[in-house]
Order: sequence, then structure tokens, then C-alpha cells
Amino acid sequence: MVEKIINVDYVARVEGQGAINLEIKKDGKIENLQFKIFEPPRFFESFLIGRRYDELMELTSRICGICPVAHQITSLRAVENAMNVQVSDQTSKLRKLIAISAHIQSNVLSMYFLSLPDLMGYESLITMTKGHMDIVKRGLMLKKLGNDITEIIGGRSIHPVTMVVGGFSSIPNKNKFDDIYKRLKDAKKDALKTFELFSNLKIPDFTRKCEHVAISNPNKYAINEGRFISTEGLNIDELNYKNHVYEKQKPYSTALHSYIKKRDSFMVGPLPRVNLNWKMMSDDARDVIKISNVNFPNYNPFNSHLARSIELIHDIDECIDIIKNLSYKEEKPENFICKSGFGAAITEAPRGSLYHSFTFDNNGYVKKADIVPPTAHNAYNVEKDMNKFVQTIKNLPIDEITLKCEMLIRAYDPCISCSAH
Amino acid sequence: MDQFLIMLILNLLLILYEVRDNFMKNKPKIGIFKFTGCAGCQMEIFRMEDEFLSLLKLFDITYWKMAKRDNNDDYWDIALVEGGISTPWEINEIKHVRKKSKFLVAFGDCAINGCIPSIRNWIPQMVSEDIVYDDSSKICSIKLNGIGEYVKVDLELKGCPPDKGNIIELLKSILLEIKPRLRSHPVCVECKLLDNKCLITSEKKACMGPVISAGCGAICPTLNRECEGCFGPMSNPNAAALADIFRSIGLSEKEVKLKFRKYAGMDSDFCLEAGD
Repeated sequence: MVEKIINVDYVARVEGQGAINLEIKKDGKIENLQFKIFEPPRFFESFLIGRRYDELMELTSRICGICPVAHQITSLRAVENAMNVQVSDQTSKLRKLIAISAHIQSNVLSMYFLSLPDLMGYESLITMTKGHMDIVKRGLMLKKLGNDITEIIGGRSIHPVTMVVGGFSSIPNKNKFDDIYKRLKDAKKDALKTFELFSNLKIPDFTRKCEHVAISNPNKYAINEGRFISTEGLNIDELNYKNHVYEKQKPYSTALHSYIKKRDSFMVGPLPRVNLNWKMMSDDARDVIKISNVNFPNYNPFNSHLARSIELIHDIDECIDIIKNLSYKEEKPENFICKSGFGAAITEAPRGSLYHSFTFDNNGYVKKADIVPPTAHNAYNVEKDMNKFVQTIKNLPIDEITLKCEMLIRAYDPCISCSAH
Repeated sequence: MDQFLIMLILNLLLILYEVRDNFMKNKPKIGIFKFTGCAGCQMEIFRMEDEFLSLLKLFDITYWKMAKRDNNDDYWDIALVEGGISTPWEINEIKHVRKKSKFLVAFGDCAINGCIPSIRNWIPQMVSEDIVYDDSSKICSIKLNGIGEYVKVDLELKGCPPDKGNIIELLKSILLEIKPRLRSHPVCVECKLLDNKCLITSEKKACMGPVISAGCGAICPTLNRECEGCFGPMSNPNAAALADIFRSIGLSEKEVKLKFRKYAGMDSDFCLEAGD
């Protein structure tokens, strides 16, 4: 016997098209639970075959309008892996800066525009302008800061254009960062206010221990390069990813589900990153972790918001650090010989680990492409979280259960277009 | 300068509309919709951080799934449609949006002609499905088309993504009930205005600028990259002549095809060079 049916045919305030279906039986069992991703597939892995190595950054960028920078860098690094291209120190610093700026933009979008309205009892940030204009303005200002940095380096903030295999087509002028540098210093206060805001908002009391995965680097907070590690002992090179992670199709979802071999679902994103790599964060980010009432590692997915706010502090610190120490010297992309081979790369997109791999023929044309975006990594874990979470709230009215299920999905900040690339 | 003028006009409009608002509450209703695409065009609306609050004062956004939980689908004065059409569900949905909208905008390249994901239209559907999925019987997907294949489009806003200045020009002209001044000349004009060197003649780079619609501000050539064509064809482009130039600077037939089969391969002006 069915007691309650939860059905959201198009989840709002997330990127892309997804639905929730589940049934709560009279005996309390949860059945037919589906995070149903119905986003139309675009078959990138099919049409990338036959395209040339130097187009991949531009083509894969179009997988996602929120995290184009992450797709561009991952593609470029996979190509550079395949063709043995070593980039300069300046290139890797500029790439880190543009990647972090994209994290600022995306994390602020997720925190302020997509999730905050739930936690403050509004339907959207638009209605929050009545009564909380200061918060709305702060969100807009922080988001603009991230976007403006991306634009200075990349030419524009959505689908930037300057990153190429081996380097940059054009290096930004140092004086373009003068104003940004001041704005970053000022934004630190707003980042701290963001952390305070999310520390004080009530989130559901829910914990499910699952494998948390992110890339990690012993010297810095890993975004663009590192080993793929987990809370359950995974520690692999990006080239071996496919030996440890596999995908399976579910009949109701156009996004494939990811599994770690011989284990199960896993989570990627800001919370796993902070759980695994918080020691590499800036001093101020580590200080707020100490004063927060959350202990890391933490396994409440709703703490992803708090993790984003901690990352925001770290990201601003690291931007300031890179901008201060960059040499801004004119530099051409590295020379290299186009050759056949296999290359793979994992980076941290704002919403979690992103994998690209390509096999090339002698002339640099793609023979095989494989892309696993963060939300494809997370989709199955969302379902497992939701199953356990609904059991803790099953006695609430249907409307409240529905909203809380949506909030769980929004805590993951899914990028559904990415997932059904 | 452009930015200053835009802000000035927006502020003037704002004052006008606030006065009007006091007499009647009928701000134009906007619906923002996503079909097969990457959400980058919607992100360009989010990108209007400086203008966002003005936007909310001038317009009533009644449907925007990516930003709102309460969405209303009675009627829209303006529908901004992002993305192409690639499932039967989307055909129904775009017809529904058309029926309830007064002025429907194909918002960005995907809505105009499918943009980059349309590259797969040259591959048999079955082949693409089998490359990505183990069980293609569960996948319901058709060739990707622009929304104009199924419904009447009142205006096309080019770009992958559209430029913020053009979005403001569009919204402003809707308020003023005039025709928006969108560019139909090639990127080359913007390069000349910026005093950029020509990448085709001086560096033998295969720049698409001569056949691509302006509006981006010649971002790529200014940053030392050839234009790849993300604003789609200009009005009346001579694609065949540019293809000949590409061959003369050393591109193979295959490379010429890749150039034209990218952002607008489905477009009637490019499809000949984009190949069968």
C-alpha cells in the first residue's frame, strides 16, 4: 500500500532538466525512488570523434554554460597529456586563477541564487529583494567579481576564448588586475559574511557516510591537477581512472550512473574537497573551519553550502596570492609535435571531479572520447542519500517532504546538462 | 562609452517606468525557457549583475525554472528560449510556449539552429546512441534542430552565448516598441574599428570573421585567436569564397568542413561548405 507519492516533474533552481519520483509505503519503506534526469542527450562523445585536438577546448566548453572553464582546462590537459606538452609555470598559474574565478562565480550562484531561498523561506532570490536587498546585492557583487576575473583572462566569462593547447593566445596586462586586486581585498569581508550567513542557517540534521572523492595535491588546494583520492583509500593517477570507476545506464535517466569498482556510489563536490583537502586551504579558511560548529570530515550533504562558503574565502585568498606573484610576461603557447596516443585528465569543476579522456590518430583527430562530469558522478549518490533522508522525514506532510527532497538535490548543485552531455 | 550610454538609458527608462508603474501594474511578463543546450545563454542573463535589479523593476519574470520555484505559465509578453529541439517532448513544449507568448525570441545559437551539438546531425542517430548508451531502446532523441523548425520565431539573438549588450538592446527595444539595432555585418567590421591586424592576410590563420555576424566585439581576433564563428552567419555571407581562401592558405577539404560544420553547420548559408 502506498501512503505518500512524491513527484516533482521538473526540479526548479538547478541547472537543467531533472525530476524526482518516489513512493512511501504504509510500512514506511521507500520504493521506486528515482532522480530522473530527462535532459536531452547531446552525444558529445559521438560527434567529438573526427574533430581535431585543437578544437576540443572550444567544443567541450559548450557542454556547460556554468562551468565552461573546467571543461576547457580538462580538455586541454587531456590533450597535453596525450601529446607530452609541458606548460610553463605562468600558464599553470593563470589557468589556476581562471579556474578559481569560475569557482567563485559558480559557488556564489549556487549558494545565493539557487539554494539560499529555500533556507530563508523564499521561492527565489528575486522575491528575496523584498526584505533582504543587502544579501541579494552581496550575492550579485561576489558573482560579478568571479565573472570579471574570468573575463580579464579569458576574453569573456561564459565560454572564454584565450586558452589553447600549450598556453594562452594572449596574456592579460598586469594593470587590468589593479582594480580587481582591491575588489578582492574588499570581498574578503563579504566572503566572511557569507560564511556566517550559512553557518547560522538551519539545515536538516542528516548524515550518511559514503565515499567522498576529489583530486588532491600535497602542496596546494587541488583544482586543476592532482591524484584522485577518497575517504575510503582510493589513490590513483588520472590516467588510471577507468580502472577504478565505471558507468552504468539506468532506464529512467539520460545521465549515466557512476560506481567505484568493488564498492558503490560516491560523492564529489565542495564537501568532499573540503573533507579531503582542508589542510591545504588558506590560513583564513582554516581559521573559519576552526570556529565553525561543524567538524570535518563531515557527511551531511547539506553542509555542501557551508563548504562552498569556506572555499569562497580560500578562493579569494588564492586569487590575491596569484595576482600578486604573477610575472605577466608575454609568452607564446608551447611548441609540440602532434602525435597519436591516449590522454586523460581530472580537474575539480565547481560541483566536483570532472574527467575527460581522448584517443588521437597520427594527425591529432579524435578516435575516441570519454567524458564523465561531476553530476554523472553524483547522480546515483543523490538517490542513495535521498532514500535514507526521506526515511527521517517521512511523517511530514507531502509538501514539506517534496521541498526537502528538492533541497537535497540543490545541495549537490547538480549541473544536469553536463551530466547528460 | 557603450556601457555608460546603456546605463544612462536604462536609468531613464527606470524612472519612466516607475512613474508609469504607480498608475498601472502591468510590467511586461517574461518567460525564460531551456531546451537542448548548455544553460550558457541563461547564464548570460545571470551575468547582468549590474543591471539585474533594474531588470526586475522593468519586467515581471513569471517563468524561469533555473531561478524560481513558483512558475506561472498563463501568458508571456516575451519568451526567451534557449536551446534547440531534440526530443518529442520538446516539440510539444515549444509549441505550448509559442501559443502562450506574444513575442518569442530564439535566444542564442542553439535555439537558432542547434549550434555545436548539431554536429551530430551528420552521424546516424543509431550510431551516436550506441556510442553513449548500452541500451538505446531507452533513449528517445531525434535530430537536433533550431526552434524555428517547429514554431514561428519573432527574433533571433545570435551568439554562443549572446553578448550582454545585445540582450540589453533587445529588452530595451521591446519596452520602447522599436526594432532592436542588432548587427548584420561581419566581425571584420569590428576588427577594423578596433584596428586589429587581419589574421587571414597577415598570419594565414583560418579566421571565420568575414562570414560571421558581428556583435561579440571581435573578442577572438583581438586576443590573437581566429574567429571560430560563435555568432553564426552574417546576413548574406559568401561562404564559398571564404572556403576558397581557406584552401589557398593550406586547409584540406576535411579542415574546411570542420570550420563550417561547427556553430552553424545546419544553416542554409553554411551547409554547402559544411558537407553532406
